[in-house]
Amino acid sequence: MDLLIFQVPILMVQASLDGILLGILFALIAYGMALQWGVMNIINIAHGDLVILGGYITYFMYLSGIHPALGVIVAPAIMYFVGVGLYKLVINKVVDRDLFISILATFGISILFMQLMNFAFGADVVLANSEFGTTMLFDNSVTLPNSKIFSAIISIIFAIGLVVYMKKSKLGRAIRATAQNARAAKILGVDTEKVYAATFGINAALCGVAGSLVAITFTIHPYMGLPYTIRSFMIVIIAGLGNLPGVAVSGMGLGVFEEFADYILGTEFRIGSVFLLLVLILVYRRFKLSKKREYLK
Amino acid sequence: MKLNKIILSFISALALLLSTSITSFAKVVGDKIILGSAISLTGKYSSNGVHTQNGYNMAVDRINSMGGVKVGGKTYKFEIIYYDDESNPKRAAQLAERLISQDGVEFMLGPYSSGLTKAIAPVTEKYGVPMVEANGASRSLFTKGYKYLFAVLAPANLYLDVAIDLAVEKNGGKPVTVAMAFEQDAFSQDVRLGVLEAIDRTGSKKVIDDKLPKELNDMAATLAKVKAVKPDVLVVSGHTKGALTAIRQIAEMKVDVPMLAMTHCDAAKLSKQHGKNSQYALCASQWHKTLTYKDDFFKDGMTYDADFKKLFDYAPPYQAAESSAALLVFKDAFERADSFDKVKVRDALAATNMQTFYGNIKFAEGGQNVDKPMVLFQVMCDGDNCENKVVAPTKWASAELIHPIPSWSKR
Repeated sequence: MDLLIFQVPILMVQASLDGILLGILFALIAYGMALQWGVMNIINIAHGDLVILGGYITYFMYLSGIHPALGVIVAPAIMYFVGVGLYKLVINKVVDRDLFISILATFGISILFMQLMNFAFGADVVLANSEFGTTMLFDNSVTLPNSKIFSAIISIIFAIGLVVYMKKSKLGRAIRATAQNARAAKILGVDTEKVYAATFGINAALCGVAGSLVAITFTIHPYMGLPYTIRSFMIVIIAGLGNLPGVAVSGMGLGVFEEFADYILGTEFRIGSVFLLLVLILVYRRFKLSKKREYLK
Repeated sequence: MKLNKIILSFISALALLLSTSITSFAKVVGDKIILGSAISLTGKYSSNGVHTQNGYNMAVDRINSMGGVKVGGKTYKFEIIYYDDESNPKRAAQLAERLISQDGVEFMLGPYSSGLTKAIAPVTEKYGVPMVEANGASRSLFTKGYKYLFAVLAPANLYLDVAIDLAVEKNGGKPVTVAMAFEQDAFSQDVRLGVLEAIDRTGSKKVIDDKLPKELNDMAATLAKVKAVKPDVLVVSGHTKGALTAIRQIAEMKVDVPMLAMTHCDAAKLSKQHGKNSQYALCASQWHKTLTYKDDFFKDGMTYDADFKKLFDYAPPYQAAESSAALLVFKDAFERADSFDKVKVRDALAATNMQTFYGNIKFAEGGQNVDKPMVLFQVMCDGDNCENKVVAPTKWASAELIHPIPSWSKR
């Protein structure tokens, strides 16, 4: 337990700002998961690995001399096709099945992705330097790396773009219709197979954007995907399916929570505290549900 | 018809498999001394595993081409059987078992990392097979009373304690305040113990003691605390990801600290990945090419560096150099034992007292090398061109330590 943050209050400002910027990125990653979960009823364990794959695309652009910020355009374009390909190969076979089957299948994909990335890109930890500089606040005592601000802005742009696209475009309406009732949508002429493929592709594209941002702000490594899957899962659970504003709020909340846990409990309990929160929320939900049932009785 | 073909190919595959294992190697075949090693060619240690293998292979070729090993008036050549342990300790232990009981190997070379060496050591110990290892530095390897384990490298607790001594010296002999961030794995925690001992010895004070998680990619909280507390020394050890994350975020958050000491700088290719941002970082290393140790096979560090580059197209990290040194130790021990008896070779290994291009080698009771100090180098940049220069111990220093690190506003 470290109480330094209470003795030096400026650290709270730092932690909150870091947390919010981080949380916006988490929310973007969770958007993809919420979308495919809601539409296809699939929990994708390989979600985080798609993020890391997007990061590698940006890293290789950076290596070949292209500014990594352009990765947020290139990575989603490539990842969309990776997503569609993955859907056609594996996911279409599990989409109408039990949730457990999809978890198993995507768990397998996750392991495969990790090993393939390790094989192709090596086991080294890598990053893409953006050279964006730093913003300093409060006489230098709070520092915000511009790369984090950049990543938050890009995340917001993509999130808003997604919401507008879902509302206005034909495909977006088809996706929402399929999410509401796949059978009815099919009867009314929606090609649900195509909708599923596109949904998974969009999800992978969002992971691609997020991966680029992770490579620019943090580091990437073939085995780093799982924490991102868990965080997305957690955010979607808190917000509830189909609640996109809720995803944004719970994403930021989780970011701030993680930062404070890091300061107070120590960095080693950062991911642990996320798990703990997940358990607490699930127990609370269950408690609330059981109460409701009693009421109905 | 089709079925017949399948059966036929199955049988022939089986026959092929059997024929390779029937000709299984014994310890010494003809004029060859067979060594065995489980090594991480895939999985999370694969890059360092390959450095290790390259180091071994280069030394084998060099020793063989320069006359081989002379035992009992006859000349022998080295050969190594490798298996891929997939960076998995359980697999490594299985493979060691297989090397010894199926392939008949009687002399082993170590794997990469402390964790895997820990998994293999009980097996080699059980069969009384001497193992010279070059990549397991955790102190716990040397306190178990192993008789057949020999490590050419200095144990992990000696990695960064020198940095604290150096900071105290620069502070006019007065105690300093130390902020620490260490990963929670066997190696980093041993490094931490060494630093703690140095803090006690010098009467210094630890002001931050953070533990980093395995999946670390954000140290902003630790660094914000460092900014608030303003310690004299910041010590970070968390393998390559720790080194990379620390340098990136120290630069981004403009953290000013008079001394920054780390491990794994050259494995992280700090100066390449971060350029000028890594300037002034102080790094612990088992070996550096500018050290002036000598031997007959590789001459000295500079020659080793050049030869290695010619062969593998990259500069040798210390993981490769220490692996090459392991072969030199084996050769020396075989010739002194003048026998292939495992116990005699083991006793000869225990009595090793030699110099290699990598450093002096002399084993303590526990098997660790006690005759080779760690070196500290500092990343120094001239324009955009950054280089690692040895600054401590003074005997080997090729440059003067820059202390305190200039603040970010003045860079």
